[in-house]
This record gives sequence, C-alpha cells and structure tokens, in this order.
Amino acid sequence: MDYFIQQLINGLSLGAIYGLIAIGYTMVYGIIGMINFAHGEVYMIGSFIALITFLVLGVVGITWVPLALLLMLVFAMLLTSVYGWTIERIAYRPLRNSPRLAPLISAIGMSIFLQNYVQLLQGARSKPLQPIVTGSLTFFDGQVTISYVRLATIVLTLALMVGFTQLIQRTSLGRAQRACEQDKTMAALLGVNVDRVISLTFVMGAALAAVAGMMVMLIYGVIDFYIGFLAGVKAFTAAVLGGIGSLPGAMLGGVIIGLIEAFWSGYVGSEWKDVATFTILVMVLIFRPTGLLGRPEIEKV
Amino acid sequence: MTAISQTRPPRLDWPAILRDAGLAALVAFLLTVPLVGFRTVDRPTGLGIELHINEVVAAIALVFLGRVGLSMIRSGVALPVLVLSLVVAVAGFFINLPTETLRVVMIGGGLVIAIRALITVMTHRSKLTQAERDRRMDRIGAKVQHASRYLAPVGILFAAAFPMLPIADRHLIDIGILLLTYVMLGWGLNIVVGLAGLLDLGYVAFYAVGAYSYALLAQYFGMSFWLCLPLAGVLAALSGVLLGFPVLRLRGDYFAIVTLGFGEIIRIILVNWYQFTGGPNGITNIPRPSFFGIADFSRTGANGLPPFHSLFGLEFSSLHRIIFLYYLILILALVVNVFTLRIRKLPLGRAWEALREDDIACTSLGIDRTKIKLAAFAIAAMFGGFAGSFFATRQGFISPESFTFIESAIILAIVVLGGMGSQMGVVVATLLVIGLPEAFRELADFRMLTFGMGMVLIMLWRPRGLLAHRDPTIVLYKNGAGAAAGEKGA
Repeated sequence: MDYFIQQLINGLSLGAIYGLIAIGYTMVYGIIGMINFAHGEVYMIGSFIALITFLVLGVVGITWVPLALLLMLVFAMLLTSVYGWTIERIAYRPLRNSPRLAPLISAIGMSIFLQNYVQLLQGARSKPLQPIVTGSLTFFDGQVTISYVRLATIVLTLALMVGFTQLIQRTSLGRAQRACEQDKTMAALLGVNVDRVISLTFVMGAALAAVAGMMVMLIYGVIDFYIGFLAGVKAFTAAVLGGIGSLPGAMLGGVIIGLIEAFWSGYVGSEWKDVATFTILVMVLIFRPTGLLGRPEIEKV
Repeated sequence: MTAISQTRPPRLDWPAILRDAGLAALVAFLLTVPLVGFRTVDRPTGLGIELHINEVVAAIALVFLGRVGLSMIRSGVALPVLVLSLVVAVAGFFINLPTETLRVVMIGGGLVIAIRALITVMTHRSKLTQAERDRRMDRIGAKVQHASRYLAPVGILFAAAFPMLPIADRHLIDIGILLLTYVMLGWGLNIVVGLAGLLDLGYVAFYAVGAYSYALLAQYFGMSFWLCLPLAGVLAALSGVLLGFPVLRLRGDYFAIVTLGFGEIIRIILVNWYQFTGGPNGITNIPRPSFFGIADFSRTGANGLPPFHSLFGLEFSSLHRIIFLYYLILILALVVNVFTLRIRKLPLGRAWEALREDDIACTSLGIDRTKIKLAAFAIAAMFGGFAGSFFATRQGFISPESFTFIESAIILAIVVLGGMGSQMGVVVATLLVIGLPEAFRELADFRMLTFGMGMVLIMLWRPRGLLAHRDPTIVLYKNGAGAAAGEKGA
C-alpha cells in the first residue's frame, strides 16, 4: 500500500510535467493542425535556461532559495517564450498555406537544429546539479516520502492549469484563440488578428513547457541536450490520448501516461516502460481514435 | 507594393526600418543571452558558468544589419545592399571572429541577402508571390520529369561505371554505397509517403528488422547472406503487416505518431532484450556476403568457397568486396525503382494514388482502403528490410544506435525535400542531404546543425519539394485537361 502511494505520487508529478508539455502540442494542433515537432526541444531549452539562470544567480550572489526559484521560473518562462515565438515566425508562418507535410518537415529540421545548437553551445555531457530544494514530507512512519519538489510540481501545475483555463475561458485573448481554432477565416473577418493569436499560442505553449523543463531539472537534478525528444514524443502521446485539441484532455493524458510509467517501473521494471506507453497509445487509437476527451471528427467529402 | 516600387523612385522609411531592425536585434538578444552568452562548464567543484559576451554582441549586430538589409531590399534599394552584403560575406573570411559559428552565420547570411538583392536588381521586385513560385517550380519539376527519360539512363550508366573510373578510390566508393543505400530507402519510403500518401515516421523500424533478421539468422543458424536477404524482406514485410493491420484505419497525423511509436518500440526491444539481440552493444562479426555463393572475397577463401581473385584470375585486392557491395546496392535500389515505376501503371498503384488524393471517394467506389494501404505498407517494409540486411552485411556490425528516430527523419526528409512521389527528386535530395554533409566532414560539429537548418530552409524555399511535379499517370485528353488535373494533384 505504501509503495502504491509512493508510486502514485511519483506518477502524478511526472504526469503533471507531461501534461504541461502536452498542452503546447494540443493547442498548436488545435489551431493550425500541425504537429509542432520542435516542442520537445523547446522544453529542453526551458530546462537549460532555468539551469543557467540558477548558475548565474549563484555567481551574482542571490542564494535565498525561494527568490532564486522565482527568478528561475520567470526567466525560464520569458526567454523560452521568445524561442517559441521565433520558431513559429521563422519555420512555420511562411508555410501556413503549404501542403500539410511541409511544416512537419520544417519542424523536424528545427528540432534537429535546436538539439545540435544546444549541444554545441553547452556541451554534450549531461549537466548534474546539486539538489536545490531538499527535504520532504513523510507519511506512514516514513514509508512514504513526498519530496517538496514533487509536491511543488503538482501544486504549481494545478495553479497554472486553473489560471490557464481562466485565460482561455474568460479573456478576450482566450476567446480569440478559441475562435481561430474553429474557423480562422471567419475569425479574421471578424477582426481577430490571426497571426498574432497563433504567435501567442506558441508563446503560451513554450512558457508552459519551460515550467515543465525547470521542474524536471529540479526533480531529477540532471539534464542534457537530448531530453527533449523522448519527453516530446510522450507528451504528444499524452495529447493524442486525451483527445488532441482538448486542453483538459492533454492534462488528463499526461497524468495517465505519468501514472502508467510510474507503476510500470515500480512493479514491472523500468526498462520496458516506454514500450508500455506506446502500446497503450496504439490501443487507445485503435479503440477510440479521437482520444478520451476529443470530439469525433466529421469526414466531409 | 511591388508594383508601386517599380513606378516610383524608391524611398526609404528610415524610422520604420530602424524600429523593425531594432526589434529583431532585441529578439536576437533575448535568444542568445541565455544559451550563447552563458556557457555551463564542468569544474571540479561542480557546474560553473562562463561569460561569452562578445559572441552575443556580434550575433546582435549581424541580425540588426541583416534586418536593415532585408528592409532596404523590400523598399527597392537593392544595389547598395548587394554590394554591402557581398563585402560582409567576404569580410567573414578574413575578420577574426570569436567563433567559427559566427563566421558561418556571417558568410551564409551575407550570401543569402546578396542573392535576394541580386534577384531584386534583376527582376525589379523583392519577392515572388507564393502562386508564382509554385508555378515556377512546377515548371522546373515538369522539365526534369520529362528530361528524366534521358537523365535516368545517363545517371544509371554513370553509377554503373563509377567504380571503374580512375577517381574512384575506396573512400569515394564507400560514400557511393552510402548514397545508394539512402536512395533505396528513399524510393522504398516513397511508395508509402509519395504514392499512398501515408505519413510514416517509423520507417527505420523495418530497416532495423531487416538488419537484425540477417544478423541474428547468421549468428544463430549460420545462414548465408543470399538465403537471408529474401528472408529479411519477408520478415520486414510481415512486421509491416502486423503493425499496419491495426493502425491503417487511423488518419493522417495519428498514423504518423503511431508509426513513430512503433519505430521506438522496435529500438527499445533491441536495446532491452540483450540476451537475444546483444542489447546496446549490438552484434559484431556479421558475415560478409560471398560472390553469389560461388566465391569468397577473402585472400584465402572461406566456408569451403574458393577466393574470388583466384577464381577469376585477378590480383587480390580488398577493393573487390567493396565494388561488389556497390553493385549489389545499386541493383537493389534499381529493383525498387523499376518496381515503383511499373506498379504505378497497375491497378494497385493507381489505387494508391487515388487513395492519396481522396480516400472517401475511393471507398465509395468500392476500393478496400485498408487492404490497399496495407499492401503499400508491406511492400515498402520489404524494401526497407532488404536495405537493412544489406546494411548489416556491409557494416559487419549493427547496434540499436543505427536505428534511431533521426534516421527515419532523414529518410522522410529525402522523400519530402525531393518532392513527394518524384523518383528523380529522391536522388537529388539524397545528394543534398547525405552527400553534402559527407563532403564537409571536417565540419563534423556543425554537420547536424546545418543539416537541420537546411531542412527548414529548403522547405521555406520550396514547400512542395525540389522537384515536385505530377503528371497524372493516365490522361483522358492529351492537352488541357491533363495539365489541369496535374496541377490539382499536388
């Protein structure tokens, strides 16, 4: 039982991270119908920016942990958003009306570029870091430990989700975003600046991915230039699982994938956890092709 | 706007240009500060950080200048920009820059802007519209397609004569083998992506199945390459059917992501099932192919076969085996090509192309969509399997490292960059994607960086691929109607 709860917590925090990345995929897919293959790389860049911010803060002399964490979060989100914006501007916007495969290839190229860009600049070796946030809560006479970082990940994700849902539901930006998702031409006719909305979608997705990247760095204490690929694929899996285009679906899919991975590593063995994830993806797509919370797609001739 | 700039003398709106360039410089600043400006370094005491401020400044300055140059071209002042950008590009060779990357950016950026300026000077307009570009490249594609009747035999003759040429040394023939392997993979994937219109992101899985089939059959049962080659193809096709059967009902991007997942699953199985596959260490000492089971390429002969050189009365040379491998992959690749060209004219191939254009219409005309797609998938998988077992026997060593997603991405890039469905395009794209990086091996570190950027740039420049043009396979009326259908096809 204790072991079960432990895995549950691990799975939830991992799922929160996948969910945060998955939102970027699902929003972009919802609005321009492309797989933003470089999104995993954006997450990796967010993680690196958080790491670099932390090191710079150490040099500058800001060592009070809460302030350092806050600054890391702010800088990671801000600067990663710029990357998200630039990627869209350079690699996707000129291809808005091209054949469907063109933006995908461009995205794959971008992903390869960014990976090697970071590898060249920051080195190929993985970057270990002493734990910044230590300590944990213990329950059941020390049988279950929840580290503060994992707890913070879950809480922060929840808070971001609430804020984000409000943003999409209540603000004019959210309204414009939903309008573009339904019909870009109509939205443009009604005075919505579609280009700006799409840019902002990438910015928001990148900011959330940066949070995920920072949390992963804090939890595992080691990152390298290659972490983006697998996390990206899994987050996309999560987005598909939850029903692509649906925000709660992305979060739900992320949590499910995180739980599967945690329980699979806990009870079966960590070598095969990726196979389990992909198998479940295939199963879901076969039996429920629109995902768990997705709208059925209507075929038109 | 372009029409106006032709009739009116160009006027520069400096405040707007500077504001625009300043914005670009600000973005460049925000992009480069964290990752370029600060470098993490390993120190004995843990991670440290280094400041590289000069690179940030240089990058910002280049972006600013480049942006100003582009704006000036857009307002019609092209000649000074042309001169200046050429000066910058040339200066890039001589000035002492903080890093090589900046030098590449400076020369490359200068040249790109120079080309844009040159086009503007020559055509009096800064930019062609998308439709004009499409039409223009469709014309080029059509020309190449019509010329391929003559180009293809010349190319094949050249490829066949290549090892005999005096310039061909061991290194060049090795590159030739590599290029032909990718051409074959590209042609194989073209069946799925170009003809049947299915986006397959996991083609490398079948390549891996083929490679491991041969390696394992040879290791455990001592079977020869010539026996394993068809077996590898059959096994790869079987795995294609196994995967395809459940997932071919999925549409578009879902299908893409499942094939990607399948590719990863195969790789993970290869890594984790180490008792059987050798795990991350791979399989070594994979036997080399014999000369059709008649002779062996070693000095003394092996497995009861006489040595090749004495059988044919030649001087022993280690090149014989390599030249043999070269011809082997050439023939394999040509088999794929001939197969594709022929099957396009058969009902099956026509069904693929029809399905690609509109699968709902096809279904209502009584085409079994799953079966037809499955055929494309299995056939492409089989060719992937052939290529895989060739790869295994050529390398003599395989490991899961060779079958990562990036491999699938490269093969897909070859197909899409060449122009989907274009056989000639695959060859051209292979030369670009594989050949160019091979030629610049000294730039090892920058190879993949420029490869990724190149993929983006080619897509921006030619979103339909380099040689995209589709003549309909069947034409009702020779003139007019056929051309219209061809344009719609892309």
